[in-house]
Amino acid sequence: MSKNSEYLIERENKQYEVIIGLEVHAQVTSESKLFSQSSTKFGAEPNTQVSLVDAAFPGMLPVINEFCIEQAIKTGIGLKAKINKKSVFDRKNYFYADLPQGYQISQYKYPIVGEGKVILDMPNGQKEIGIERLHLEQDAGKSIHDIDPNNTLVDLNRSGVALMEIVSKPDLRSPDEVNVYIKKLRSIMRYLGTCDGNMQEGSLRADVNVSVRLKGETEFGTRCEIKNVNSIKFMQMAIISEANRQIDLLEEGKEIDQETRLFDTKRNETRSMRSKEDAHDYRYFPDPDLLPLEISQELIEKIKSDIPELPDEKKKRFIDKFNLSPYEATILVSDIETSNFFEEVIKNSDVKLATNWITGELFAVLNEKNLEISQSPVSAKNLSKLINLIKDGTISGKIAKTVFEQMIDGDQDPLIIVKEKGLKQESDPKAIEELINKVIENNSDKVAEYKSGKDKLFGFFVGQAMKESKGKGNPQLINKILKEKLNG
Amino acid sequence: MSDITSQSLFELTSNIKEKKLSSGEITKAFIDRAEKSKKLNVYVTDNFEKAIDQSKKFDSNPNFDLKLPGIPIAVKDLFCTNGVRTTAGSKILNNFVPTYESTVTQNLWSQGAILLGKLNCDEFAMGSSNETSFFGNVQNPVGENLVPGGSSGGSSAAVAANLTPVTIGTDTGGSIRQPASFTGTVGLKPTYGSCSRYGIVAFASSLDQAGPMTKNVRDCSMLLEVISSFDQKDSTSIDYKRNCYSKELSKDIKGKKIGIPKEYRVDNMPDEIEQLWKNGISYAKDCGAEIIDISLPHTNYALPTYYIVAPAEASSNLARYDGVKYGFRSPGQNLIEMYEKTRSEGFGDEVKRRIMIGTYVLSSGYYDAYYLKAQKVRQLIKKDFDDAFSKVDAILTPSTPSSAFKIGEKTNDPVSMYLNDIFTVPINLAGLPGISIPAGKDKNNYPLGLQVIGKPFDEQNILNISYALEDKINFKNDISDWWLSE
Repeated sequence: MSKNSEYLIERENKQYEVIIGLEVHAQVTSESKLFSQSSTKFGAEPNTQVSLVDAAFPGMLPVINEFCIEQAIKTGIGLKAKINKKSVFDRKNYFYADLPQGYQISQYKYPIVGEGKVILDMPNGQKEIGIERLHLEQDAGKSIHDIDPNNTLVDLNRSGVALMEIVSKPDLRSPDEVNVYIKKLRSIMRYLGTCDGNMQEGSLRADVNVSVRLKGETEFGTRCEIKNVNSIKFMQMAIISEANRQIDLLEEGKEIDQETRLFDTKRNETRSMRSKEDAHDYRYFPDPDLLPLEISQELIEKIKSDIPELPDEKKKRFIDKFNLSPYEATILVSDIETSNFFEEVIKNSDVKLATNWITGELFAVLNEKNLEISQSPVSAKNLSKLINLIKDGTISGKIAKTVFEQMIDGDQDPLIIVKEKGLKQESDPKAIEELINKVIENNSDKVAEYKSGKDKLFGFFVGQAMKESKGKGNPQLINKILKEKLNG
Repeated sequence: MSDITSQSLFELTSNIKEKKLSSGEITKAFIDRAEKSKKLNVYVTDNFEKAIDQSKKFDSNPNFDLKLPGIPIAVKDLFCTNGVRTTAGSKILNNFVPTYESTVTQNLWSQGAILLGKLNCDEFAMGSSNETSFFGNVQNPVGENLVPGGSSGGSSAAVAANLTPVTIGTDTGGSIRQPASFTGTVGLKPTYGSCSRYGIVAFASSLDQAGPMTKNVRDCSMLLEVISSFDQKDSTSIDYKRNCYSKELSKDIKGKKIGIPKEYRVDNMPDEIEQLWKNGISYAKDCGAEIIDISLPHTNYALPTYYIVAPAEASSNLARYDGVKYGFRSPGQNLIEMYEKTRSEGFGDEVKRRIMIGTYVLSSGYYDAYYLKAQKVRQLIKKDFDDAFSKVDAILTPSTPSSAFKIGEKTNDPVSMYLNDIFTVPINLAGLPGISIPAGKDKNNYPLGLQVIGKPFDEQNILNISYALEDKINFKNDISDWWLSE
């Protein structure tokens, strides 16, 4: 990485480096919960998706949802990580009103997935971020403090939903890297179908570990953990604010206490939640209701064989096969829906044009309307038709933009638009010649100027001819014939 | 025909099938006797009205192919029963009515049995005398002011007093076998994973097992056959082919090798227990069994290991009783205060003691020294048995180091109470099947039991050995009905 791209926080003559590690909580895409058959659907009426197991009734026992296990293995493979053939579910004991069992079933010493990695495409090259582990755990319910003035209300719909906690190594060094890391992680999981990555619905949230040190130091500083941050923007804000807070302390000659903090989004600052001394003693021990989880090599192989092409491989293929630039390929593979859309368009149309149209016009429209590509107002089918109209000379690129603007309104077929509006490009040499003759006749003074050496006027004639054709004239033909006429 | 309530399960089912008795007559007989037996305090909740209705329903359309045709049965109040209050002997569940049925009790009803009611037990099955129950002491029918053992004390007393033909209890460290021994009845703890734990209020998940408590070994085999089943709702349930225990029951134990572990000769063991054991050995010899001296070297560590593992699991299992969702709640100014008041008032002393022990041994800094070490010792205890079972088919020991004691005698000395489980806990730690059968009496004429321990899933073998010994021992309980009221 080049020096000027390093993220450093300056203080007088000193430069501080920021060390970041993330614990991402990703909700497993699954119809039912980790240890019960209740639905996981988002947005249901409170306490309508709660089984006796989720509410921890006496004598109720957890039974593992094998689909969630497969999803975790799949994600592990996507993170190029080691799948542990034996892992253990532990109980993490603490009291809270939205934790019905009085413990969370999690994995402590023996997680299902071990070390792996995620490759980040940064503007100045690639960077590898280490994954420490991935483990499965239950989500808790939700405590609602602001409906009833005297009571806290509890919604257990989320209680028992499967989460993957993905722990990174402290390899991240800037808010930008955090942004790219979260997006890449989300992209991989969406390719795999293991987590929808929907941050608004809380499907993806993170605990952010931040420490600082003087540039050049090799030892890590004391870290603070910022709990439960639920958007990339807030993660970045929290990191900047927390890093500066820590640096201020160091500058004042004070020590940083290892503690758990919360990010106040309104004040844009972190505040202490509990110190290390007050840390919970969770009394982890293996859950005696569940046998150790054993995974066969056959199952791992079977899941491996079902793994779709992932962003890194797809990017390589797009570069090798379609001759895309790394930049274009990165954009097109970043989201599985985008890459699927792209591949659908290029089935029947030109790759170069498709790349430009998707990353240009289409993305602009999606951005403007705040839409996902899955909600694109123009279908892949119609976009490829439009591209073919450009390619075979039926319309010019300029006309195509007019057509595209109309296509947005209800995904109209470009062929019909071109036909109904008479936008077909004029490519008959005779017709072009006629209109050029007209232009020359009407501008005899300019012709004389041109002939006397004012070459720049060529563009003027092209413009006039295009105007005469109402924009439909084939630009190559106009150029060609104009040159013959003026230079001949 | 003898009095209905003194009949064995085998006799009652035969009489129903031969239409000599109706389910209604039998059910009424047990209810009538229960009404006169309130002094024993065996019932926490009765189900008499519904039981009468159900027995009539059975009689109007009887199905004699069932294994428990119209047989009324009371069960330990640790089994969740749909629509019938389930307390686990605790104030904290005083008002709790499940909307679901435990697998083990469901197995009973599926075979035609009728719920008579819920039997008293130590709070959350923590106790060896039934004295920790929120619902008061149970009297041992053997003698007044004598404990019936625990934690399945209501169950053992109910069987001994002819208040239910048979019953089911649960056994975490001896809670079936010790009360059986104290009341002159038969109690079997099956192999861990034999009976589903689904719907049983959990005490220590890695040790808890449900099992039959009966008047004799044949009834025990009949009941085990009904309650043992593979259940996908319990991840620790084991899928293996279960015997038809009653059909395959046999007194022929010729050539069986029976091990006698020297470590079970503990200090201060009464001579009469020693004598009981000797008698058992000679009866086994008489039946043609071969007696082999064996060693289970880690026996001494079983009790301390148990009193780390069981409270650790219990401290976590009982966290759900927090006043938030169901059961007893004592209001507080805030959540923490509500927790503190609810749990302080809702749990009794013994339960609190074990929650504190369990919380302590799992705490960071103590986990390795206690819980982890206990798990290692547990493996060694298991290995002792594995080694022994490479040489013998079964192991014979006394069930308890003493006979039933007086109510109140040990309540202020938890450790001496815990010592009651010294012969039974190693079997739970190793996950093995064990049965206690009445084998004699002490100088006070109180019953004493012998325990037969088997290999995993080898219930048939220990039932057969017990069946043969039972025949030789020819134990008679001669209970005087001293408690009956008119």
